Amino acid sequence: MKIFVSALALLAAGATAASAEISNNSVKIGVLTDQSGVFSSLAGTGSVVAAEMAIADFGDRLGKIELVSADHQNKADIGTQIARRWYDVEGVDLIVDVPNSSVVLAVQELAREKDRLLIVSGAGTASLTNENCSPNGIHWTWDTYAVAVSTGKAMVAQGGDKWFFLTADYAFGHTMQADVTAVVEGAGASVVGTAIAPLNTADFSTYLLQAPSAGANVIALANGGTDTINSLKQAQEFGLTMQAKLAGLAIFLTDVHSMGLDSAQGLYLTTGFYWDRTDESRAWSQRFFEKHGAMPTMSQAGVYSAVTHYLNAIAETGTDAAGPVIAQMKATPVNDFFTENGVIRDDGRMVHDMYLAQVKTPAESTGPWDYYNILATVPGDEAFRPLADSACPLVK
Amino acid sequence: MTTQPEITAAGLPGMSASHRNLFLLLLAIVAVAPFLAYPLLVIKVLCFGLFALSLNLMLGNLGLLSFGHAAYFGLSSYAAAHAAKVWGFTPEFALGFAVLVAVVTGAVFGALCVRRQGIYFAMVTLAFAQMIYFFSLQAPFTGGEDGIQNVPRGALFGLFSLQSDMALYALVAVVFFVAVLALYRITWSPFGQVLRAIRDNEPRAISLGYRVDRYKWTVFVLAAGFAGLAGGLKAISFQLASLTDVYWGMSGEVVLMVMIGGMATFFGPLIGALLVIWMQNELAAFGAWVTIVQGLVFMACILVFRKGLLGTIADRLGLKV
Repeated sequence: MKIFVSALALLAAGATAASAEISNNSVKIGVLTDQSGVFSSLAGTGSVVAAEMAIADFGDRLGKIELVSADHQNKADIGTQIARRWYDVEGVDLIVDVPNSSVVLAVQELAREKDRLLIVSGAGTASLTNENCSPNGIHWTWDTYAVAVSTGKAMVAQGGDKWFFLTADYAFGHTMQADVTAVVEGAGASVVGTAIAPLNTADFSTYLLQAPSAGANVIALANGGTDTINSLKQAQEFGLTMQAKLAGLAIFLTDVHSMGLDSAQGLYLTTGFYWDRTDESRAWSQRFFEKHGAMPTMSQAGVYSAVTHYLNAIAETGTDAAGPVIAQMKATPVNDFFTENGVIRDDGRMVHDMYLAQVKTPAESTGPWDYYNILATVPGDEAFRPLADSACPLVK
Repeated sequence: MTTQPEITAAGLPGMSASHRNLFLLLLAIVAVAPFLAYPLLVIKVLCFGLFALSLNLMLGNLGLLSFGHAAYFGLSSYAAAHAAKVWGFTPEFALGFAVLVAVVTGAVFGALCVRRQGIYFAMVTLAFAQMIYFFSLQAPFTGGEDGIQNVPRGALFGLFSLQSDMALYALVAVVFFVAVLALYRITWSPFGQVLRAIRDNEPRAISLGYRVDRYKWTVFVLAAGFAGLAGGLKAISFQLASLTDVYWGMSGEVVLMVMIGGMATFFGPLIGALLVIWMQNELAAFGAWVTIVQGLVFMACILVFRKGLLGTIADRLGLKV
């Protein structure tokens, strides 16, 4: 038995020694993001800044750490082509961020094929860790399931029992509506109406005005970007907020910043990170603000957290090969300004607490970026899709 | 009419010596390019080059500007992706299916579009393209805004695996070259001559007994078919199909390629495609500058190179391209 154990130990030591090296003597990280389109303010250059900060803060424990970044222009072909070149030619070990579902789903397949790492922060499609899950992909910050379902549960708990959905007519909107409907109906509430609006609608009046006549006391906005901003503004103008609570299913801090508190006040939402929550998050966000000129969104903060966790895993294992690094990342809980005791599941989902927030009124707010009242903490296990419901082949 | 190859003794347009040299140059470039640049980038240039040439078949010869050409390109990329991924077609059948879809769609839309000219033609094509866009956004098999990913490259004829980039490049290069030769042949055929006659003086062409609408329709279908081939190649090569390729922005981009290269030339659109793709690739690291620089280049071309880059250079050198 003793011999067996020592032989095993020797074997293990040999294995570590063999893999204990860093390719090209440099760890190379690529931030692939949208720098000119709809996701540029919630991710974009802010994500690049966050990655730069993570590398600078990590110090020189690993020798050389390089950073490259590119704008995928929201085109899947450009995104995959850049990602391929990074993985194939430039020796990039990790790609982070990647907002836009069509780009990120393609890059996730690429990372699997090339056996490199992908950490998703900007994109929200929950299929990354569901039917399209990959051993090489980690979904860090948020997904449509978590933000939609957490908001849904919380609103039902606060007495919202008649739901009206304003849904953007594409996969993103329909997925969120289906996820939320399942949860609120499970909690005893009912869906009294649904209005499906085309993408980039300018005038939501005909859709929104169905809500009061249906007797709804919650209006859920299952849309994103400019659709959310426009529908929210018009809901305020029609005074719908007097009769019903508004729930945003995918809202970022920068969305609130661009529409202003007059339009956004009173909105309920779920976020993975808010800068003004703890001393650590305030301190980090202040540093970020000095570099970027805006407070971090959850996806930008997630990039910093993810890159730091990745670099720590390399320091622990001594290699930048994807397999051991991912194993190390999954074995170590995430504890930083972004989250406490975050855990990476086998399907690639980083499970961490989410926060239910309500947008402040202009009177409550002390100035720019003071936008959210954090109402409750949603424990990670409740926020994200349970493994039992997952279609991911890795956890079957 | 800046380009006119010599008419051979047989009365058929043959390839002039300068064009033969250009084709040899193109062949040499296509053969060497993957060793100098990243093969997938070259593949992309070839796909978009073919796409731009297909638009110019209609624009250059007939003077009809389609502002919805991405519909055929994008729809075919979905067709090829779906055929290869879900039905398990081998690449050659997936490509064939892609072309078929484009041709059928082009035949239906073309029959309605060619009744109009100028701005009305452009608007009608745009309207049809938007129909295709919203169809692609909603249809269950396209995956909406997520697109279709993980399309298998498969094995050509079930025998030659296309997994390596170079094998894939060889296929794309051959298809591209054959398609360019076919486009060239169509352009300089008697059929092409009639097209230019229609472009220059339509009433006269009618009075000579040509069924003008039928010619226009045929070109429309051909252009759609070649755009479909380009879209199918792109879907197989990049293993994805997404809304980008059916969006009106893509229709605008391909017009941009043709304009920059020179719409009165046969080879110009290739130069335009090369330039636009190269810019998108090189400027990706500079973020928001991509679209700004693209706009500036387009403005510069309109102001300085009225006939496009290749058109202007060829004029200076007294060449016909």
